[in-house]
Amino acid sequence: MTPLLEMQGIRKRFGGVTALEDVSFEVRPGEVHALVGENGAGKSTLMNIASGVLAPDAGRILWDGAAVSGLSPRTAQQMGIGFVHQELALVPQLSAGENIFLGRHPCAGRARCWVRWERIHEQARRLLEELGRPLDPRRAVGELSVGEQQLVEIARALAFQARLVIMDEPTAALSEHEAARLFEAVGRLKQRGVSVIYITHRLKEVYQVADRVTVLRDGRRVATAAAGELPPETLVRHMVGRAAKEQFAGGRSAAGAEEMLRVEGFSARGRFEGVSFAVRRGEIVGLAGLVGAGRTELLEALFGAAPHEAGRVWIEGRPAEIRSPRDAIRAGMALIPDDRKSKGLFAAAPLKWNVVLASERGFRIRAERERQKTQRLIGELRLRTTGPEEPVMRLSGGNQQKVVLARWLLAEAKVFLFDEPTRGIDVGAKAEIYEIIRRLAARGAAVVLVSSELEEVLNLADRVLVMHRGRIAGELLREQASEEAVMRLATGGVQ
Amino acid sequence: MRGGPGFWSRTASEALRRFGPLLALAIMCLALSLLSEHFLTVDNLLNVFRQSAVNALLALGQLVVIITAGIDLSVGSILGLSCVLAAMALKAGASPAAGLLVALGTGAALGAVNGVLFTKLKLPHPFIPTLGMMNVARGLALVMTGGFPISELPGGFRYWGAGTVAGVPAPVLVVVGFCLLFHVFLTRTTPGRDLYAIGGNRQAALLCGVPVDGRLILAYALSGLMAGAGAVVLAGRMNSGFPLAGAGAELDSIAAVIIGGASFFGGVGTVLGTLVGALIMGVLRNGLNLLNVSAYWQTVVIGAVIVAAVWVDVVRQRAAGSRS
Repeated sequence: MTPLLEMQGIRKRFGGVTALEDVSFEVRPGEVHALVGENGAGKSTLMNIASGVLAPDAGRILWDGAAVSGLSPRTAQQMGIGFVHQELALVPQLSAGENIFLGRHPCAGRARCWVRWERIHEQARRLLEELGRPLDPRRAVGELSVGEQQLVEIARALAFQARLVIMDEPTAALSEHEAARLFEAVGRLKQRGVSVIYITHRLKEVYQVADRVTVLRDGRRVATAAAGELPPETLVRHMVGRAAKEQFAGGRSAAGAEEMLRVEGFSARGRFEGVSFAVRRGEIVGLAGLVGAGRTELLEALFGAAPHEAGRVWIEGRPAEIRSPRDAIRAGMALIPDDRKSKGLFAAAPLKWNVVLASERGFRIRAERERQKTQRLIGELRLRTTGPEEPVMRLSGGNQQKVVLARWLLAEAKVFLFDEPTRGIDVGAKAEIYEIIRRLAARGAAVVLVSSELEEVLNLADRVLVMHRGRIAGELLREQASEEAVMRLATGGVQ
Repeated sequence: MRGGPGFWSRTASEALRRFGPLLALAIMCLALSLLSEHFLTVDNLLNVFRQSAVNALLALGQLVVIITAGIDLSVGSILGLSCVLAAMALKAGASPAAGLLVALGTGAALGAVNGVLFTKLKLPHPFIPTLGMMNVARGLALVMTGGFPISELPGGFRYWGAGTVAGVPAPVLVVVGFCLLFHVFLTRTTPGRDLYAIGGNRQAALLCGVPVDGRLILAYALSGLMAGAGAVVLAGRMNSGFPLAGAGAELDSIAAVIIGGASFFGGVGTVLGTLVGALIMGVLRNGLNLLNVSAYWQTVVIGAVIVAAVWVDVVRQRAAGSRS
């Protein structure tokens, strides 16, 4: 049988970082093909190439057995590739029906300028029903739940006569009930003969929905097999590889007795509720939970960047009144935000000034002192750069993260709030970031670590707090913390 | 290490951004000196400087705001109201120094109001409060004068617009002085650097502990202050407080900043570039006058230059982006 999509020997580099190396991948008609791998393994890059968003540096793409070149998002769509992105690409103000037909409303009249609303809504209703979800297509997408919005996106792919639908971690923000409905929709796609590429982190889902599975690691394909022939242990071993064990090698941080950070009854309506915890000197406390559990919101509120309604904070035993990031910084806190680009960096500005901005607050700029301090941190953190004047946008993700860290080291922070510190960072740099986090703790800092990579939390943290729907659902000591125990709490189960 | 493959082309692109406007100005001057024998004379050049002075002053204020990724549409109207209030104070018997303070104070205060409206009312974009201020200030200037100019100002006040020091027009010295002040402020002080940080990434600046609201209010107050300074120079030159003074000047000041290489998206811009931008506009008008091009066509040419200047910058950035 001719594969529907075949990718051969794909290579892609970003600057000095190899995202994909000689990856071959195929999808057969009507199959659900799971694509798994850790963050940064190259899943999204591969799919962006398949859907024409990125051009490969080397390799061939075949569709229905015929070679395609110069693929663009538009031609990919015309060929029949639909992409359901993790960040949904819908217009919230428009109705579900309008979103489904966006860009190609069925029209009437000579000039094709009269929109036929009844036709749009009728067809939209039918598509949504086919996916097992009766839903009023006149409702604004912004009013729908995340799960419903996802179905709208899938319906849009179907309306485009898609023969292949790519889903990028579709269950990341779904409740279990909604996830079950999504699997049902995937089943119906398959019945119609539509192929699905299903990107996921969650192993359980591979066995629930996939016919075959391909594992990527560090930009290479390590395995492709029928889901039934690949037991979970083997799958995990393929994903993690041997290198991962070494990633976390290193001494344990010894937590002291002194309380560095204490939080009591921290609440902000709709985001988090009654959060209380403490972190001791030298301790790393992991904060686990699903996307949307309120972790990022909690960190930003603790740092004064978002408001909170109730709750108190003590730093080194002294009550701290934190109303703005300035207050937080003065009290000795540091936030390493989840999104470096939008919250952390001044991309076009020189490295030097990204590093000193938070600590050099005297009226006059002392250029020489700033240069020296930056130079010292470049050495200390082994930052790969041409020097203090280099704009940070030219650095790799790992080095950019080090720039943010350097900023807080200069500010002499004592309490570090890390939000997804290794997101979008390649494996080598990850290990360095872990090492820096450990070193911070060993030097007596208190660390709060939010990460969606469970393995990261389990390996670095002395204690794990699990959040579920804005509350702390439970606390696990290092010995008790396992992937299953965390997931049980994170999804609303009991300890 | 520093001499990597992209280094020289990167440096060239960097140099083009920093000195591109200066180069354009030099080429224009060269061309005009060949086309007209009157262009390259001391009298004519001083004339260009004098005519560019008010725009240069407004552009300095506008630069500070554009660096924060903002825009100030009210500078022309604030100039008008400052003119009128200073003239009224002088007519009521205030000393020239007091008149000066009235003009500068009015400008800075109204600018600060812009900043407060933008930050504290959390209006979505500075376009809104400054558009409002543009109308309010102009309206007040007309209300207070009934639409008539207030003429015959005392000589001591007129000095800044019409006087000379050793043959150099006083407005030129005012511009040079403010340029130095603004240059030092933007490059040597942390509040100045904070403005670039806010324009580069407001959220990141906030998370670095930059007092974002305070700095923005400062930026708009400085822009208003420069409108007040422009009012002093213009009222001096025209010997009157004219309620319609500065009408449309906000757009000229924005044009000068953009021609001078600042980015509309914030975080980028220099005093030298802005000064050159204002001079390019002045030289262009002067040169077209010398070549007997009608004022109507001058407007067309200036419009085209604005678009071309930004287009060159876009092409340059795209080239730089594809290399890295």
